[in-house]
Amino acid sequence: MKFINWLYSWFNPWFVSITLGCIILAAPVGLVFVSVFFPQTEIWQHLYSTVLSDYIVNSLLLAFGVGFLVILIGTVLAWCIARYEFAGRKQLQWLILLPMAMPAYIIAYTYTGLLDFAGPLQTLLRDTFHWQYGDYYFPDIRSLPGAIIMLSLVLYPYVYMLARTAFSEQPASLEEVSRSLGISPSKHLFKVVLPLARPAILMGAALAMMEAFADYGTVQYFGLSTFTTGIFRTWFGLGNGIAAAQLAAMLTSFVVLLLILEYLSRRKVSYYFQGQKTNQVNRQKLSGRKAFWVPFLCVIPVFFGFMLPVLQLLKWASMTYSKQLTSEFWLLLWNSFYLAAIAAITAVILALIFAYGKRLNPIKPIQILVGVVNLGYAVPGTVIAIGAMISLSWLDIKLNTLTENWFDVSVGLIFSGSLFALILVYSSRFLAVAMHNIDTGLSRVKPSMDDASRSLGYKPLQVLRVIHVPLMKTSVLSALLLVFVDVLKELPATLILRPFNFNTLAVRAFELASDERLMDAALPALAIVSVGILPVILLTLLMDKPSQQSSQVN
Amino acid sequence: MKNINFCMLVITTMLSTSIMAEQVNLYSARKEALIKPLLDKFTQQTGITVNLVTGKADNLITRLKSEGKYSPADLLLTTDVGRLYRAKEQGLTQAISVSPAIAALPNNFRDEQGHWLGLSLRARPMMVSVDRVNTQTIANVEDLISPEWKGRVCIRSSSNIYNQSMVAALIAQLGESAAQEWVNGLVNNFARPPQGGDRDQIKAVAAGLCDVAIANTYYLAGMLSSEDKTTQQQAKKVKVIWPNQAGRGTHINISGVALAKSAPNKDAALKLIDFLLSNESQLWYATTNHEYPILANIAWSDLLESFGTFKTEQVPLGQLGELNAAAVKMMDRAGWK
Repeated sequence: MKFINWLYSWFNPWFVSITLGCIILAAPVGLVFVSVFFPQTEIWQHLYSTVLSDYIVNSLLLAFGVGFLVILIGTVLAWCIARYEFAGRKQLQWLILLPMAMPAYIIAYTYTGLLDFAGPLQTLLRDTFHWQYGDYYFPDIRSLPGAIIMLSLVLYPYVYMLARTAFSEQPASLEEVSRSLGISPSKHLFKVVLPLARPAILMGAALAMMEAFADYGTVQYFGLSTFTTGIFRTWFGLGNGIAAAQLAAMLTSFVVLLLILEYLSRRKVSYYFQGQKTNQVNRQKLSGRKAFWVPFLCVIPVFFGFMLPVLQLLKWASMTYSKQLTSEFWLLLWNSFYLAAIAAITAVILALIFAYGKRLNPIKPIQILVGVVNLGYAVPGTVIAIGAMISLSWLDIKLNTLTENWFDVSVGLIFSGSLFALILVYSSRFLAVAMHNIDTGLSRVKPSMDDASRSLGYKPLQVLRVIHVPLMKTSVLSALLLVFVDVLKELPATLILRPFNFNTLAVRAFELASDERLMDAALPALAIVSVGILPVILLTLLMDKPSQQSSQVN
Repeated sequence: MKNINFCMLVITTMLSTSIMAEQVNLYSARKEALIKPLLDKFTQQTGITVNLVTGKADNLITRLKSEGKYSPADLLLTTDVGRLYRAKEQGLTQAISVSPAIAALPNNFRDEQGHWLGLSLRARPMMVSVDRVNTQTIANVEDLISPEWKGRVCIRSSSNIYNQSMVAALIAQLGESAAQEWVNGLVNNFARPPQGGDRDQIKAVAAGLCDVAIANTYYLAGMLSSEDKTTQQQAKKVKVIWPNQAGRGTHINISGVALAKSAPNKDAALKLIDFLLSNESQLWYATTNHEYPILANIAWSDLLESFGTFKTEQVPLGQLGELNAAAVKMMDRAGWK
């Protein structure tokens, strides 16, 4: 009997389906690691003696710089919005999320156009003061600090969203207790509020750092030597794909370390929803000087992360829209939209299954498997795309050989030559985003609820549908919207895997920009931002709904 | 389920189009805006549908390779000869049967076995500040490594293929050690770490950050014909210097085409190649993107005329692809970011 139980705990349908799903999704990432078994001594000696230290140092500085900045910006904003009541707060809370709709490479283009030595600002300075080159100091936008700022401006919403939910979910009773014990508000903030919100804040920072590790568009445009630019240089310039994959594996190992750190910091705290209502913290009404400073502070990141670049884009687009706005443009818009929608739904369904499977079978192998799939987020899109291309083409070739032998027809490239390939790569890349959200939601549902509903005769899937999903509606929806926006902006994989005659806004914007036609790229870039804004607004509406809460700290 | 249905839909549409009309499938590293208008004309004239995927040349080559004999691609278009060489080297191409149009091409713009050929020509000269540089003082790229140019040279990253091909051409002509010396000297004279694209180097010269840039001519031509007044003015502040006119000539590269080994629509593909070599198409290259036509008898755009005529390097173009890795290593050693 014991044996049968043991067997079932390992080989139940949940476990098997999760394992299969993980293997399919992890195949592209896995291929990267297979490369480690083919040593490339000569190339590595060259890399080691010339550029490798640059790659490592710059990538780490970039990721940790971004991590630090997004925590700073995101936490401060979240605190202001969650705890204070002031004029314009309603508008600000969705404005703050807008930079999410802005692809990092596009913000990099616009700021370079504005701040470059040859750009309008510096030219104005020189003309006003009759300066020459070398007469004055002006920070160079195309530098590592520049890249850190660019990425932070569009990534801080990850921290903001998670931190804000964490802040507003803390019940008022905590504050009352602190006050009754005579603890000052600032001490309460550092001793109670921030420690409770820490897992959420760090999770947001980890997501942003993974993005920073995998970013290619910005670093390439700024001419920085990081892992991602190095991967391409090694692969295409030196013509060595295996060494390039090894670099990618090295990059991914950095991220594994990052995630382990994040996991360790999260492990100590767990708290659950009860599903009953308690008092929420009342927002403090601001008056006097503070009533001016707080909204002003909140507007700054929105201004730099969204308004200013959009104004620049609008200016460019006004010059070029007649050339760019053709009937085909609407098709691009539609392509981008439905591709992102399908990918978001797929990723969220997968994330639900994985997260729930982990909950049903809290055994190590499953956790490790799901963890591996989560790594996809940190692997540069191009690397995953190539991995998917190789594995799917192999599948297609096998399939075609089979049908030729049996039916004397070749069916063509069913997997690698269709949108299937793209959806697979998006799922593989952005599952982490969906998982983070859904995991957080699910982990707050008390295990006793599962037990209760199971004892009432519900099957696991019914429990998920009837109990969990309604309880974590916000998490599911924000997962959907986040993946949607991410796919909308996604560039490298789309570029590599798309079928014939299929383009998206991101591809169009990139093609024009990489041809150094920034002005022509403005219209598609603006369209990406506009389509991306819709889910962002929806997200805000969701976040502002008083959700059912109550928590207890163990 | 939704997805499966959707995929089936895609597949059936793909299959049905393949049965319908004559067509040709193109993997193009040339951006859509720089090729689609021509393809549309081709379809109008012949009724042959052209299916297009654009992307980076290396990714397209990888795709071609992994799809193997079932690849739908007929033609691979690239914007640089190194990639054509790479596709051939990996056994992904086949010989293009010689039509009269192809026979008219100079030998240097065709692969020895006929696996690839050039469609347009790009030159990479020096561009100097009109105000600050006496054009008499500079004649060769070798001049750029002398001490008088210290802190005055702008050029983009060594990750860029145009620079890789340029250095590869130098290795082919001067040998490894002389080329390394030139690269080291150039890096020594950089005004700033490499950043941005070719246009950014031109803008930097215009703004006074450096006095000489190395860039492709069509970028300058694009700036001169821009809708934006500022861009136009910046471009007017530089002058093209054709280097090494008394010696080996100016570095050039081609954009070109290769015929895929497993091309399912070979006849249509050959028709398209001929069309791209026709006077009409060559003229389009020369006027729309300001590239030099590959055929000698085609008129240049006024802008190209204004840059003047020049003598070109005679290095066999296939070698640029062969020496690409050596060039990258050389630039790594010199600390060219």
